Amino acid sequence: MTDAATSPNETYVIVGAGHAAGQLAASLRQEGFEGKIVLVGEEAQLPYQRPPLSKKYLSGEFGLERVYFKPPDFYDAAKVETRLATRVTRIDRDAKTLTLESGDTLGYNKLALTTGSRVRKLPILGADLAGTHYLRTVDDVDGMRSGFEPGKSLVIIGGGYIGLEVAAVATSHGLKVTVLEMESRVLKRVTSPELSGFFEEVHCTRGVEIKCKTAIAAFESGSDGKLAFAVTADGEKIPADIALLGVGILPNTELAAEAGLEAQNGVRVDEFCRTADPDIFAAGDCTDHPSALYDRRIRLESVHNALEQAKTAAAAMCGNLKAYDQVPWFWSDQYDLKLQIAGLSTGYDTVVQRGDPATNKFALFYLKDSVLIAVDAVNAAPEYMMGRRLIGDRAIIAPERLSDTSISMKEMV
Amino acid sequence: MAKITYIEHSGKIHEIEVENGLSVMEGAVNNLVPGLDADCGGACACATCHCYVEPEWRAKTGEIGDMEETMLDFAEARQEGSRLSCQIKVSDELDGLVVKLPEAQF
Ligand SMILES: Cc1cc2nc3c(=O)[nH]c(=O)nc-3n(C[C@H](O)[C@H](O)[C@H](O)COP(=O)(O)OP(=O)(O)OC[C@H]3O[C@@H](n4cnc5c(N)ncnc54)[C@H](O)[C@@H]3O)c2cc1C
Ligand code: FES
Repeated sequence: MTDAATSPNETYVIVGAGHAAGQLAASLRQEGFEGKIVLVGEEAQLPYQRPPLSKKYLSGEFGLERVYFKPPDFYDAAKVETRLATRVTRIDRDAKTLTLESGDTLGYNKLALTTGSRVRKLPILGADLAGTHYLRTVDDVDGMRSGFEPGKSLVIIGGGYIGLEVAAVATSHGLKVTVLEMESRVLKRVTSPELSGFFEEVHCTRGVEIKCKTAIAAFESGSDGKLAFAVTADGEKIPADIALLGVGILPNTELAAEAGLEAQNGVRVDEFCRTADPDIFAAGDCTDHPSALYDRRIRLESVHNALEQAKTAAAAMCGNLKAYDQVPWFWSDQYDLKLQIAGLSTGYDTVVQRGDPATNKFALFYLKDSVLIAVDAVNAAPEYMMGRRLIGDRAIIAPERLSDTSISMKEMV
Repeated sequence: MAKITYIEHSGKIHEIEVENGLSVMEGAVNNLVPGLDADCGGACACATCHCYVEPEWRAKTGEIGDMEETMLDFAEARQEGSRLSCQIKVSDELDGLVVKLPEAQF
């Protein structure tokens, strides 16, 4: 353990109180840091998990107490001071202080930025009408509840994972759902035509109407001033009691950028989650970090990345350098289907299907120059679990073996 | 309510009253029992909430689902009694349950 790890007179401040922040605070204690930890977050809630927001929290199966990242007593037990509903507006790197929205300042010896991301807003007419919603926070979901009733019409703008998860929960809850997707297929930004096609069919079978190559032009209100129609670029008017805009997110990099740190597609960090300032670290959705596995810089939007980078950053803050280089993974729940994804498929040249999509249990493997780089597995844990390992090993496996279900995944080495 | 005994790999014992309806994983995490990562928060997507159910409790903790079974199959140090603790729902039936935690998750 280094001096930094124990130094009881130092103050480490974590900005942002999401998934990465909660883990970072816990990991600092595990690394042996005995000084003061202050967690400053703009939201009113203690760190919580966002995945349930479009899944079990939206459906009502989980209340807020079940989505907290750590139980509320954790922060006292671990001596972590929390300052919630508090936005940090500025970092002064020379004075090593933060300015809070209230005008107060807060000094730090070391600083971790876990500011995450925010939804991209659509600058279209009517996007601020009562009845239109974005989905990133607990407050967003709570604000949507009153309109989320059987028989109501929901129009979802954007066929990404969050849009499709909400479509699944809403349809199952008895709402009439239409998804408008600007691209030629849903999930285009994140996966292959094969997987997009599968999910389009799944949703259609359950009664969701998906309209691709359809851009939203405006929202119109009814005589009560509330949302009544979503109007497409072609002029079609789709009745809407509520609308969800899910058109992607932007990393919260402004604090870092204004303090002179490099931050284009995320706050730039190295494999140890260090910025160019030796006292400032960053982790989670907000970072632009190197991936040795893919030999390029990446920004990820996933729980696994937030947790693991938080561990790496906490270690580095305590003088313990452990490079972050893991196979990314992610999941999505829609109806009774569990999609598990390992790796990044960007740039693949070959896709190999294993199993039959008609059975709702299959996997798609993505290869680049014969090397396995990613897998999308639907209700197919062996393909996912083994795939994740093989991707990390940069395995080369013949497509005809991968697709042969008479060879078990364990033998796929 | 069920009293659940969690035994860390080191042998350290935690006896905890867990509310019905929560999972065995949540009982541990909410009470700061170390040894479960539970990265996915109970979505049966990560296999980092692996535990071992003591023999006399295996019948009462219910059937292992398909997804759980195949995830466990790839977990480190799988044994008789291995379960993903997020998939065991707590009820009065489980009062007295004893689970052991592995040395490492995944
Ligand atoms: C609906 C939904 C479903 C998802 N589903 C999945 C899933 O199934 N699987 C998966 O792996 N991932 C999923 N994700 C993504 C995952 O939740 C994120 O990757 C993760 O939350 C990132 O954690 P983070 O701590 O980096 O950032 P965030 O969770 O975004 O937290 C950052 C926090 O910092 C605060 N903040 C920002 N700027 C400031 C400031 N200047 N001062 C103070 N506070 C500030 C923000 O308000 C926010 O609370 C989902 C996300 C959403 C929204
Ligand atoms: S918590 Fe992820 S599988 Fe149990």
